[in-house]
Amino acid sequence: MTEQREDFTFDDRRVGFTAGQTVGAALVGAGIRSWRTTRVEGRPRGVFCGIGVCFDCLITIDGVPNQRACLVPAQPGMAVRTQEGGGRDQLAV
Amino acid sequence: MTAPDVLVIGAGVVGAACAWYATRAGLRVTVVDRGPVAGGTTGAGEGNILVSDKPPGAELRLAQLSSGLWRDLGEQVGGFEYEPKGGVVVASAAETLDQLGTLADDQRGAGVEVTMIGPDGLSDYEPHLNPALAGGAYYPQDAQVQPALAAARLLRAARAAGARLRSGVEVRGLLRDGDRVTGVRTGDGDLAAGAVINAAGTWGGEIARLAGIDLPVLPRRGFILVTEPLPRIVRHKVYAAEYVSDVASGDADLQTSPVVEGTPAGPVLIGSSRERVGYDRTLSVPALRAVAAKAIGLFPVLAGVSVMRAYRGFRPYCPDHLPVIGPDPRAPGLLHACGHEGAGIGLSAATGLLLSQVLTGRDTELDLTPFRPERFA
Amino acid sequence: MTSSRFDVAVVGAGPGGLAAVTAAVAAGARVAVVDGAGQPGGQYWRHPAGDLDAVADLHHGLRTFRAQVRATDAATTFFGHQVWTIEKVAAGFVVRAVAGGTEVEIAAATLVLAPGAYDRQLPFPGWDLPGVYTAGGAQALLKGNQVLAGRRVVVGGTGPFLLPVASGLAARGAKVAGVFEANSPLGWVRRLPAVLPVAGKLTEGAGYTAALARYRVPYRSRHAIVAAHGTDRVTAVTVARLDRDWRVVAGSRRRVDCDAVAVGWGFTPQLELPLAVGCATRVDVDGSVVVEVDAAQRSSVPGVYVAGEACGVGGAALATVEGAVAGRAAAGEATGRAAGDGGVPRRLAGQRSRLRAFAAAMHHTHPVRDGWREWLTDETLVCRCEEVSAGRLREATDELGATDARSAKLLSRAGMGWCQGRVCGYATACLVAAQCGRPANPGSAAERPVAVPITLGLLSQEPGT
Repeated sequence: MTEQREDFTFDDRRVGFTAGQTVGAALVGAGIRSWRTTRVEGRPRGVFCGIGVCFDCLITIDGVPNQRACLVPAQPGMAVRTQEGGGRDQLAV
Repeated sequence: MTAPDVLVIGAGVVGAACAWYATRAGLRVTVVDRGPVAGGTTGAGEGNILVSDKPPGAELRLAQLSSGLWRDLGEQVGGFEYEPKGGVVVASAAETLDQLGTLADDQRGAGVEVTMIGPDGLSDYEPHLNPALAGGAYYPQDAQVQPALAAARLLRAARAAGARLRSGVEVRGLLRDGDRVTGVRTGDGDLAAGAVINAAGTWGGEIARLAGIDLPVLPRRGFILVTEPLPRIVRHKVYAAEYVSDVASGDADLQTSPVVEGTPAGPVLIGSSRERVGYDRTLSVPALRAVAAKAIGLFPVLAGVSVMRAYRGFRPYCPDHLPVIGPDPRAPGLLHACGHEGAGIGLSAATGLLLSQVLTGRDTELDLTPFRPERFA
Repeated sequence: MTSSRFDVAVVGAGPGGLAAVTAAVAAGARVAVVDGAGQPGGQYWRHPAGDLDAVADLHHGLRTFRAQVRATDAATTFFGHQVWTIEKVAAGFVVRAVAGGTEVEIAAATLVLAPGAYDRQLPFPGWDLPGVYTAGGAQALLKGNQVLAGRRVVVGGTGPFLLPVASGLAARGAKVAGVFEANSPLGWVRRLPAVLPVAGKLTEGAGYTAALARYRVPYRSRHAIVAAHGTDRVTAVTVARLDRDWRVVAGSRRRVDCDAVAVGWGFTPQLELPLAVGCATRVDVDGSVVVEVDAAQRSSVPGVYVAGEACGVGGAALATVEGAVAGRAAAGEATGRAAGDGGVPRRLAGQRSRLRAFAAAMHHTHPVRDGWREWLTDETLVCRCEEVSAGRLREATDELGATDARSAKLLSRAGMGWCQGRVCGYATACLVAAQCGRPANPGSAAERPVAVPITLGLLSQEPGT
């Protein structure tokens, strides 16, 4: 609704945002509805409660998984990625 | 309805195992609990089935019997995430490793399978372990179950074979005929029974008191931290060698020793703390801090992992750290199966089997003398 | 770190918390205010960072808000601080918060807890599809970020909150395909004695209703969204007419295309922190577990005052009054300058009692009725985090002997995931109770000693080391 001033990357695309928006809101504003798959059945998930309660919108930002997209303020240059399952598969032994 | 042969007080894992083995021995069983299934200490535990943490003696013999029984239960009953994953005990210093080696030698003499691990070998067992550790010991017989499911599945199997479960029924008194215990008085009426098993866990002392008997079962609080769901990053049950001495300690103050293990559902469970503070349910920040710091000491990778939940439970312990198992000569008809402290999940199977042997007049597979209820008198 | 640095620590900077700060500051106390958000306002006065004007038309009571924010100048503010636990110590309390990778401790003689509430949810087939939001979630996207949840939105559930959500979306250009209120608003008419004295609420409600008419938003009472459809995002919902008990009236199902859904069924108070310090609770008219407070908003724990939704869902106006009472009383107790007990100004006491009567009328008009359970199939997820279906929850009670929410959680994993049962707790408690033929006890699973996730690294260190 407001002019876009900055952007971050989501997987391989650029997502614009207005200062003060959260990562989750910027993604929804860009028409992106989901950015995580569940651990058990691989279901797609995005924002649900929007206020940090439900943890559905978990996302990997700058390599750190399990951040609540609805709470983290968007910052220019962030590398935001789709999160598969728990987001820490590289730790598996 | 005719009175059951056995009335079990407590629908935790010990009561469930008693119900299962008694039913299987042909007895008619009713289980009562003031709460739901696994509502007490069972629901607050990690589900350990360990031989590694016990020096040779009566408790180790009980654990060894249980270890085999749980393997069978995993096949016969199942559905409770039985994992024969083995335990790795680690030592941070050469001196502790020596003590661990001595313990391992003694245990080996008693029939425990154990392999010593040098400092370079640890990463083969657990790639994320702190490389600065001095070494450890591998115990392939250690296993784990999901304890609430274990209790529920054993009760389910017992019910399918004819046992009855009555949850939400509180025992308020015992029915007596002279000295003899002939049933229980509940909020839901009197229930007569051929024998009564006190499997009330931490509240076992209170049930004994209803019979006018002093049984020193006391709560020893412990906290468990539960992490976010993770892929398998810890393969075994891993704990520090100090854990064994902490368990055996009679100290009332806070003791913490790191115990770390994964679960099939994803979260890693992190213990352990021990405090004698009665039934105080307040979260203890110092206990959580100490547990967290020591867990990171073993697995540095955990530093960046979130804790989702912490819960506390109350281990039912006796002054000599042995459970109370067997008939009470002061109240014929009353048998005890409580006071298993932090080992109740593991020891429950043997406890249930041994009491079913007592109840059917057979020789018990193990000598129950060390566990006799009147030993504190 | 045991000496109290503050007289009063207020946790929560929504309407209740800000009123408490204002009152405590006015009473001469040294006050700290702590909130997880980066700025004051809470859910009610949510706005884009530093830009209240952009959404001023979506808000009410902004004069009050601006005055209260000015009062926080005299307090020490800890915004962006998420409280993970509160410890009781000899000299009062230590509030432990996580902020930007560090832990901060805030010591105070007394506490005012005003943690607020979040949307209560009921599961229905398809409710975990992306594009289905809580009503508050759609509102947060709009008021906090100026983002529309969708272009064509269906709003449903029960309660007056659905009205501002729908009218806000419409005002910003979304097509609202319908508001589906499961209850009948006639309940309000039957409770006029409680409603009429609260004129402001009536004006507010009338304003939303007029706005919905202006934007030609269809409003259907006794209707509900009973299923959402789509593969990787919602593309349609099924709405249906309900009977008195919320069972679907045969033949009344119809499909409504949409790209977003906003649902809410009342609110669930955030009780983690009151429970962590040991406050006694009761079950309120709406079935929520709430903190028991006395006339001075004092809980059962000495030194702990509670205001707003945590002691009974009643909206921002009630929270503001309760916060003012609590802040004043807590300051009085901490500074010794006024008796902590009694001394509730008559004006505040009167307002509070009128607003509580209004809240009770609201709860009686907008209850959750049992029929929703029949909207579920065995495959419908109840716990979104651990992906526990209604069928598996039934197995926990029917096969495994669970008789309450806590044992059902242990035996099914419902409520064991990231959200710790905040979303599914109410529904799980209702389903388990119905399956066992016992009254629901939502309290048995409400305890969460770690109120927000904290990394083990942070937890392992003393703050400041």
